[in-house]
Amino acid sequence: RASEQNTEEKMISPEKAEEAKLKARYPNLGNKPGGSDLLRKRLQKGQKYFDSGDYNMAKAKIKNKQLPTAAPEKTEITGDHIPTPQDLPQRKTSLVTSKLAG
Amino acid sequence: VSAGVAGGNDFQWCFSQVKGAIDEDVAEADIISTVEFNYSGELLATGDKGGRVVIFQHEQESKNRPHLRGEYNVYSTFQSHEPEFDYLKSLEIEEKINKIRWLPQQNAAHFLLSTNDKTIKLWKISERDKRAEGYNLKDEDGRLRDPFRITSLRVPVLMPMDLMVEASPRRIFANAHTYHINSISVNSDHETYLSADDLRINLWHLEITDRSFNIVDIKPANMEELTEVITAAECHPHQCNVFVYSSSKGTIRLCDMRAAALCDRHSKFFEEPEDPSSRSFFSEIISSISDVKFSHSGRYMMTRDYLSVKVWDLNMENRPVETYQVHEYLRSKLCSLYENDCIFDKFECCWNGSDSAIMTGSYNNFFRMFDRNTRRDITLEASRESSKPRATLKPRKVSTGGKRKKDEISVDSLDFNKKILHTAWHPKDNVIAVAATNNLYIFQDKIN
Repeated sequence: RASEQNTEEKMISPEKAEEAKLKARYPNLGNKPGGSDLLRKRLQKGQKYFDSGDYNMAKAKIKNKQLPTAAPEKTEITGDHIPTPQDLPQRKTSLVTSKLAG
Repeated sequence: VSAGVAGGNDFQWCFSQVKGAIDEDVAEADIISTVEFNYSGELLATGDKGGRVVIFQHEQESKNRPHLRGEYNVYSTFQSHEPEFDYLKSLEIEEKINKIRWLPQQNAAHFLLSTNDKTIKLWKISERDKRAEGYNLKDEDGRLRDPFRITSLRVPVLMPMDLMVEASPRRIFANAHTYHINSISVNSDHETYLSADDLRINLWHLEITDRSFNIVDIKPANMEELTEVITAAECHPHQCNVFVYSSSKGTIRLCDMRAAALCDRHSKFFEEPEDPSSRSFFSEIISSISDVKFSHSGRYMMTRDYLSVKVWDLNMENRPVETYQVHEYLRSKLCSLYENDCIFDKFECCWNGSDSAIMTGSYNNFFRMFDRNTRRDITLEASRESSKPRATLKPRKVSTGGKRKKDEISVDSLDFNKKILHTAWHPKDNVIAVAATNNLYIFQDKIN
């Protein structure tokens, strides 16, 4: 009977086993209220880092002077220069007919 | 007309058509994001991530043999939404079409509502098969004639022309949603419709674009206290004062617009009791309802959460009347499904015309059908391999135990990038449309 009891205690649901696996990989998970973290991430979908307000305000202040631009052989945009529209990756246009219609 | 549909001896599904490109490299814009038949089933609309809508029309195979099912061919295609940028909030607004809903047909033209995350548009699709010829002030090629050279008048005549299908935006319902729109639903009064985002639901009149009524607002005063969001909403098919909305916590609230102007307090609250001892980190995430659909009869509603589909009797709030497991074998894979974000995939579900069967998608391009009467279920696959004309679809099986039988596929071999999130069932016939990433499959029952 003692061995039966032990087996029952060792049998955890597959879901709880998966939870243990996840907590082992990410020990800090779930310390904050997990629900609101995920929810807030969901609500913030689409947020872009390029701040157009920064760019336009800087443009207004400097007026005729050139805005600091990236070095010609730039490898990545650093924090101490204001990105310009030319620096940003081009967005693909979507004005192409759907392949479902062809 | 709609018979039992789940793998019975006398009933089989077979391939009809597939639309879309075959190439391996799928452009993000081509990913289908919504599929919807119109009320008669004559038209089938798809929306994609690139903001485009393609409408297919059912054409009779031949007038002599009306019992033979025809095919769906392209009827109209247009760019519904374009990408936008909200400068005030540094928010990129995707052009992806989240939902398309048809309006009931009232005249020769067809109307549909299409929505992205922020803006709903009413589109009119109309046919033009006549053209006026013999204008007085311009030539046949459109050049203006010199008015002083005109010595006589003629009456322009209408001449037949090749059929042209035009789509034009008739109303644009914008600036009413701070958060991302997940649902739109046309009311049975055919005059109003609702739109729902993560925290609010608005009621619109189809003719009025500069105003909408807010009927549900679950935004907390302090956003730190946010515990749940609205995931889907739908109007009752017959009672124009009733609608439901589902939440990320697995609950459904039924609201009655006659009771109050602001329906923050529900009339009915549907939730299945949970065994507290079985609660895990994943419990709330997998209980999040990704779709809610009323039955055609209006007596039941169906909800889809990550692992199951549940049918609820509107008169019973404390538990569903039927629960169907879609892919229970994924319960022991939740850790990796959380890491690759698949656990957040939003599957839809649909009823057949007689409410006797339900369908929903899964991974590996599998989709599942459940017959509510016989309790039989079947797993089918949308694949190019089984895409020969009228080829019968072979049932698929995922092996869960140690021993994998021949023709079965093991859970670890499933392709989680091949998701069937959107399916639609013809309102009257046994014809289904299944969106597999960038391809649209149409299946129908075998004709003897």
